[in-house]
Amino acid sequence: MSKALDRREFLKLSSAAAALAATGCATTGGAKARVVVIGGGFGGATAAKYIRMWGPAIEVVMVERELDFVSCPMSNLVYGGSKTMADITYGYSGLARYGVQVVRDEATAVDSYAKVVRLARGGELKYDRLVVSPGIDFMFDEISGYQAAMEAGQVLHAWKAGPQTIALQRQLAEMRTGGVYVLAVPLAPYRCPPGPYERASQVASYFKKHNPRAKVLIVDANPDVTSKGKLFKQAWADLYPGMIEFHGNSKAIGVDPKTGTVKTEVEEVKGDVLNVVPAQRAGEIAVNAGLITANNRWCGVDWRTTESTVAKGVHVLGDATLSAPGMPKSGSMANQQAKVCAAAVVAMINGREPNPDPKIVNTCYSFVSDNEVIHVASVHELDAGKKTFVGVKGAGGLSPARNTLESSYAWAWAQNIWADTLG
Amino acid sequence: MRLALVCAVVLATAPIAVTAQDAGRDLASSCAMCHGTSGHSIGGYEPLAGMPKDELVRKFKEFRSGAKPATVMHQIAKGYTEQQIEQIAAFFAAQKK
Repeated sequence: MSKALDRREFLKLSSAAAALAATGCATTGGAKARVVVIGGGFGGATAAKYIRMWGPAIEVVMVERELDFVSCPMSNLVYGGSKTMADITYGYSGLARYGVQVVRDEATAVDSYAKVVRLARGGELKYDRLVVSPGIDFMFDEISGYQAAMEAGQVLHAWKAGPQTIALQRQLAEMRTGGVYVLAVPLAPYRCPPGPYERASQVASYFKKHNPRAKVLIVDANPDVTSKGKLFKQAWADLYPGMIEFHGNSKAIGVDPKTGTVKTEVEEVKGDVLNVVPAQRAGEIAVNAGLITANNRWCGVDWRTTESTVAKGVHVLGDATLSAPGMPKSGSMANQQAKVCAAAVVAMINGREPNPDPKIVNTCYSFVSDNEVIHVASVHELDAGKKTFVGVKGAGGLSPARNTLESSYAWAWAQNIWADTLG
Repeated sequence: MRLALVCAVVLATAPIAVTAQDAGRDLASSCAMCHGTSGHSIGGYEPLAGMPKDELVRKFKEFRSGAKPATVMHQIAKGYTEQQIEQIAAFFAAQKK
């Protein structure tokens, strides 16, 4: 039964891809230019929508393997209990209003010479320009025992919102009274610098209500809290006294789910729920497409256009990029980079000069309890000589203290950025 | 003759520079993550679409100087020049409410 459905779905989708591919063959002959976007996250979906908005004559096909968008920002609130999975899940149907064609498939290879993307279900898509926004994948091998433990559901990262978010929430709910939740944080750069500390806060908020003798133990590969450090530590001291313990310079190198142990370079810690976040690199397709340029992990781009430094006609966005100095790997940044990309792609296809002076903003809210928030903001401008973004001096900053006013702004930020990204 | 032809080809293919209008559109797109696509906020933040140019310029500058209290806008506003504020305000003023 389900097999028949799979086959029908397969036929429907592969014929959709084939039909798209057929129309794309003529693009070099003066027909509509086509942009293919790989990945429907904050970067890819925003780029797809804005290319259509700003270049209505351009055909845009977005390849995304998931049915729905599940937001990483706000997903920590699911552990605290103030939001549900439904609250952070958003469909892709809104993009159709902008004329974006969404193909549910997975890109497996890119031939940047022939300008073709190959799809897992067998079809291929020709493009005039390609946007690759694959997010992150994990370097499981850096932590011994990790991959098997994760596949068995015993140790989770929950660093991509989705099934692991639900699984981790269940582990927390089922944890014994007075148990220990261990959160292992990788060395920066990783996706969402304040994310681990917001998670620790949300888990503590949950424990305070449902398991008040439980503990949160953070083993962090970084020397100290990576982002909003003072604000997080103040919140932990005030709201969760004695509950959260922080060990810096303690990089996880092994896990043993049988004994509930996380081994780090300097210690062994025991816990009942092991939430170990491995180091990350650009998503698999960026590796397959030959776009990795830095430390075998990240994709170098010219930030004026987001075009890859190694593949002409291919733009890379979001967490997968070698971030400019002071530029976090965040949904906010990916949404903003996507607009630099969209403007450049439209200009280049239309034979115009890309904007020489792009400027982008990061605004990042973290919930330290159900209703108290801290933010960090920054403005970034292009340094033309260095082809990279630099922070605008004197702009940006932190919340002076955690406050409830910004919790309504934070949730409104999520509503607006989801709508801006997804239609 | 041949030289003239070469020149004509070069002129025809030289990229056109960015207009002030596009520069405003690009700068204003940063505002969308809070204030909605093209300033059409879906709630929680002031809609900017259709706001008269002078009003937006005034508010932006009040944020920048600290005259208008804010949680984050005073920090963001400091990242923009007078000319950029004018371009952003012109873009939003031209959007339908």
